[in-house]
Amino acid sequence: MRLVTHNLLQCHVKGCDTNNFPLELSEIECESQETDFNPQFLRTMVPKLEWDALVRTAMKLGITTLPDKVPDTPIQELDEKFLRNLHTVLFETHIQQGKMTCPNCQHVYPIKDGIPNMLLNDNEV
Amino acid sequence: MLLTPKLDHITTADYENVYEPAEDTFLFMDALEKDANLIKEQVKPSICLEIGSGSGCISTFLGQLLGDSSKSLILCTDINPYASQITLKTGKSNMIQLDPILTDLTSGLLPRLRHSVDILCFNPPYVVTPSEEVNSSNLIEKAWAGGVDGREVIDRTLPLVDELLSARGVFYLLVISENKPDDIRIIMQERYKFQSEVVLSRLSGREKEIILKFRR
Repeated sequence: MRLVTHNLLQCHVKGCDTNNFPLELSEIECESQETDFNPQFLRTMVPKLEWDALVRTAMKLGITTLPDKVPDTPIQELDEKFLRNLHTVLFETHIQQGKMTCPNCQHVYPIKDGIPNMLLNDNEV
Repeated sequence: MLLTPKLDHITTADYENVYEPAEDTFLFMDALEKDANLIKEQVKPSICLEIGSGSGCISTFLGQLLGDSSKSLILCTDINPYASQITLKTGKSNMIQLDPILTDLTSGLLPRLRHSVDILCFNPPYVVTPSEEVNSSNLIEKAWAGGVDGREVIDRTLPLVDELLSARGVFYLLVISENKPDDIRIIMQERYKFQSEVVLSRLSGREKEIILKFRR
């Protein structure tokens, strides 16, 4: 699971609808896999991200290259250094194993062999 | 003409747990190829999503059609853990980055993906079966069992389409005539104001398979 996917996932246990994002990572095994850098695609993704959640999650993995806030410039003028750091975090950081815990209801969603498991039991849906 | 994704990494044993690409899969890929210009030149998707990716063949094909893996995100959900694993492998074997998520339809992805999906693909369980087979514990059966009119999973998905699709988004859905495609098109028009058309249809044995396309 790449961090871009993590930024899109939230707890969906029945009745758990506040403070259920981002899912908190723990017991993480991570690996880095290089992929082509595409500044234009990154620019289209920036407005779709929950920035605070991304920064907090990256910090948890020891990545401190992202600024607290998206630079206050038009999207087209975001500089290459910022975009390269974002590229590494979003698209090159793969979580192979670990857990994602809902900050509200504490439900644990496992990550196994690179795939997040968002399935719930019938009584949790 | 694009080549079908390489699937030789998938073993016979794998196909005991994952739906094997068949005529419906190929029709779906043909429909995407027919719409290649629309997809690449007009929609220019940044986020694609396939619900029920199975072997990952359709998403991989979409990635190949887009040509450059770094230009868009291709998310793939499936309720079958074997399918999610094989989807990831099929992508890798064809140099296409896919991002699989093990979940029921799109659970856990909304509201974050609200109105963000530019290309949405669904080759659903469409076979007419008794209702109880829809929730079968047999993963292969679950991949095709559609319940009454083969519509039970399709009908659960239609409201999600309205939530997921971006303003320029396109939804591709495979159905068979028993699914009452005209009825599906009327529902999408009346409830969600989606325009629809038939992209392709083909007779496969006794089954008439149709690819529908919906846009806002």
